[in-house]
Amino acid sequence: MLADRPITPSTLSLKDLPWQIVWDREKCTLCGRCTAVCPVQAIELGVFRKRSVVPSLDPQRPPANSFATYYGIRQKTDPACRCVGCATCTLVCPNDAILPVHSDEADKLRFHINAGGQPRNRGGRRNVPGSILDRIKFTRISMLTDPALDAGRHEFELRTLLGRVLPPEKNLQFLRENGWIPPVREIYPLIIGGMSFGALSPNMWEALQLGVAYLNEELGIPVRICTGEGGCPPRLLRSRFLKYVILQIASGYFGWDEIIHAIPEMKEDPCAIEIKYGQGAKPGDGGLLMWYKVNRLIAAIRGVPAGVSLPSPPTHQTQYSIEESVAKMILSMSMAWGFRVPVYPKISGTSTAMAVLNNLTRNPYAAGLAIDGEDGGTGAAYNVSMDHMGHPIASNIRDGYKTLVELGQQNEIPLFAGGGIGKSGNLAANAAALIMLGASGVQVGKSIMQAAAGCVGSESDRCNICNIGQCPKGITSQDPRLYRRLDVDAVAQRLVDTVLSFDTELKKIVAPLGRSTSLPIGMADAIGIDDAHAAGRLDIRFVV
Amino acid sequence: MCRLFAITSQDPLSPMVAIEALDVMREGHDGSGVGLFLRDLGGPFEEIKDAPILSGIFTDAGLKRLDAFMMDIGFMTKYKLSIKVPKAVPPGVPRRDVYLIRAYEYPEEWDGLPAAELQRRLLQVRLQLRHMGEEKRDMIVFSFWPDVIMIKEIGDPLTVARYLRLERKELRARVIMAQGRQNTNYAINLYACHPFFIQGLASMTNGENTAFVPIREFLASRGFDGYIGYQSDSEVFTHILHYTLHSLKLGLEAYKHVITPLNDAAIAAHPDAVLLRHLKHSCRPLIIDGPNCVIGCLLDHSLFMVQDRKKLRPGVVGGRPGRFAFSSEICGLDAAIPDRDKARDFQPMHLDTVIIGPDRQEIRTCSQTDPLPPAP
Repeated sequence: MLADRPITPSTLSLKDLPWQIVWDREKCTLCGRCTAVCPVQAIELGVFRKRSVVPSLDPQRPPANSFATYYGIRQKTDPACRCVGCATCTLVCPNDAILPVHSDEADKLRFHINAGGQPRNRGGRRNVPGSILDRIKFTRISMLTDPALDAGRHEFELRTLLGRVLPPEKNLQFLRENGWIPPVREIYPLIIGGMSFGALSPNMWEALQLGVAYLNEELGIPVRICTGEGGCPPRLLRSRFLKYVILQIASGYFGWDEIIHAIPEMKEDPCAIEIKYGQGAKPGDGGLLMWYKVNRLIAAIRGVPAGVSLPSPPTHQTQYSIEESVAKMILSMSMAWGFRVPVYPKISGTSTAMAVLNNLTRNPYAAGLAIDGEDGGTGAAYNVSMDHMGHPIASNIRDGYKTLVELGQQNEIPLFAGGGIGKSGNLAANAAALIMLGASGVQVGKSIMQAAAGCVGSESDRCNICNIGQCPKGITSQDPRLYRRLDVDAVAQRLVDTVLSFDTELKKIVAPLGRSTSLPIGMADAIGIDDAHAAGRLDIRFVV
Repeated sequence: MCRLFAITSQDPLSPMVAIEALDVMREGHDGSGVGLFLRDLGGPFEEIKDAPILSGIFTDAGLKRLDAFMMDIGFMTKYKLSIKVPKAVPPGVPRRDVYLIRAYEYPEEWDGLPAAELQRRLLQVRLQLRHMGEEKRDMIVFSFWPDVIMIKEIGDPLTVARYLRLERKELRARVIMAQGRQNTNYAINLYACHPFFIQGLASMTNGENTAFVPIREFLASRGFDGYIGYQSDSEVFTHILHYTLHSLKLGLEAYKHVITPLNDAAIAAHPDAVLLRHLKHSCRPLIIDGPNCVIGCLLDHSLFMVQDRKKLRPGVVGGRPGRFAFSSEICGLDAAIPDRDKARDFQPMHLDTVIIGPDRQEIRTCSQTDPLPPAP
């Protein structure tokens, strides 16, 4: 720092930042790729002055100084240009000369990332590694009492139901009397959760749709994908692939003008309609697509002007009570498709989730309930919402299932769990744990982005810049220069690989438990945890 | 594992036939207990087919409470079979005061009740007695139903049968189900002993029901008083049978579609695809998993056997017109009906339900891929 440079309260040193760039002058070729690729301009060409002392052995000649300059990489300390640790510089460096490393202590940046009174907002996740789901073990292994099933050879039917299932007596009666039986979809218990066209780049969206179509049509695995709140491309709305898609409507109703107008031209009904009331990553907040990402294509699909931020209201503005908000909207959406499409709400995990669920049990049109826990991800939200708000998914799902058991409706209203499933890489184990706690299936987002598209986000605040459209992998960017980095076919292939390996792992979990012909929903006697309080709260076995 | 044996015969048989068949299969069970279900009774019970018979085990104090309770409702004892227990109890068998088999006269007020109401009240009485017994640990009640006797005890089947002198001539039945039990999952408890009984239906199982907990939760939340107990994971098979026949009003042919539904492709190809798909969806929590061979008896005295979806447990049926038997192993069949055409023995596979009707003339097999009979 130069002597005359002013020190302000927000003047930070490199040590105060969460990520420091380590650069090796010996290896650097000065090619400039790292500075060009950095999504946040955290590094720039640096001109460094170097003084060398030249000692002399000749007593007649005193030591001398030699002054030189050299070129290299300088990391900025301005909070607006802080390194986010994405390591794209490392990815492009031909000589492995550069690497961001995480600071060894808590950064000071966090106190200053609110210039102009604007608190930090970002994309990503909660930034808390680990999960209670990772600690749940599958402890009921069929031993000598029962020949364990063979995950590789026996017949398995790992399917779940999405839709309102009638009680058996009523179902058979309605069948005899030609009554209305609510639509029910037989789907795979892994659903790709709502990530909107807009939050995701066109390449990422196309790749996910391609992968889903392949899984369904070539492999017979009925994986479904939810659109999130951002509408749906017109051609997809009019294609036969719509049946693999869950259309989401949320408080901003983005894209629904296009969808409603496409109904007469739809070749297939969508799989379901998800009404989003809340999101686990940012409970109490609406969706947010920041202006950086609202280009002409996104604007056209959503039916809005380009270049403006698109915050959805926190609640559906036309409704003001749970009865109306849920009942009216479910009925309207059901009516739009002639009561042939399941309609269900999605809420963020909350201590009031049981009130919503109790209400749904009395609503014969409610097709299920999706609950999104605190570990859910988002394209953009306030840091405080992401890090501190929300409800863990495990206890919400368990309470929900037990409530339904008390009412005898455990098979009637499927619960879908979202939020942090696979956050530590244990996708199948986390999903199976939630299913045994009572979920009918899981909704997964971040984990798929990491596995299928190489998202670098992590629970230690790495990258997390989905909100500004600068995704270094092109997953959440609307800039063609960025999203062309994403090979659509390769991502689709990775999605297929991910689901296939999930399928094998799920079989490996349920086979030794002796389950194969039906998903072990609510089979809580099969799981245990090494924490007595957690075991008590979840009503599962305490094992040490 | 445990071993099952069931026989249906035109002429009343001693339960020893079944006990001896169990004994030849003794390698397959640990002799930890025996359960017997007798129906279509001979001997003195032949004349009182309509009188409900209470079967259970009582202490002397329990017997007094029973008498007071039954008198209070208005039940009069019509006939009783006293099992006098010898003083020396064989090792492994608990000492009991009274093994009760008692036929009652219905209370006068019950005259003319519709059958369904009568059956409901019989169930209520049994449940009340069971609750009373659990409170003071002085009664264990197995069944309370016309023309049905049940006996259960801990110990080696043959030892128990000799000890209770089950060869006595008063004890004869045309339908006998017997189970030699190895207790696996749960504590030894007579309520965990097969066969299980509810409103005239009985079943016993060889296997482990890995889906037990969700099934129990589903049955217990149906709002039907009789769906209680579940000291054994196999009791749910009897209750699912009851639920299928009584609440869903489906035939026995549908039972297998409830507990082990066809896979989606097979349903699509089935003539009753629509019904079966709805049944699979709405009865999803009743799907059993794991290895199971179920033998059961219906109100009309039919016997049946079904296997799990993967056919992981043994089971064979054979016999000759007038006498047929189901057995876990062929040696059990050989012991009970040696003079049969062995070439006609049949081992039901993963899609089959085999039924011996009340006429005991033939083995009827229905496959899950067959069309369901029209609704009754």
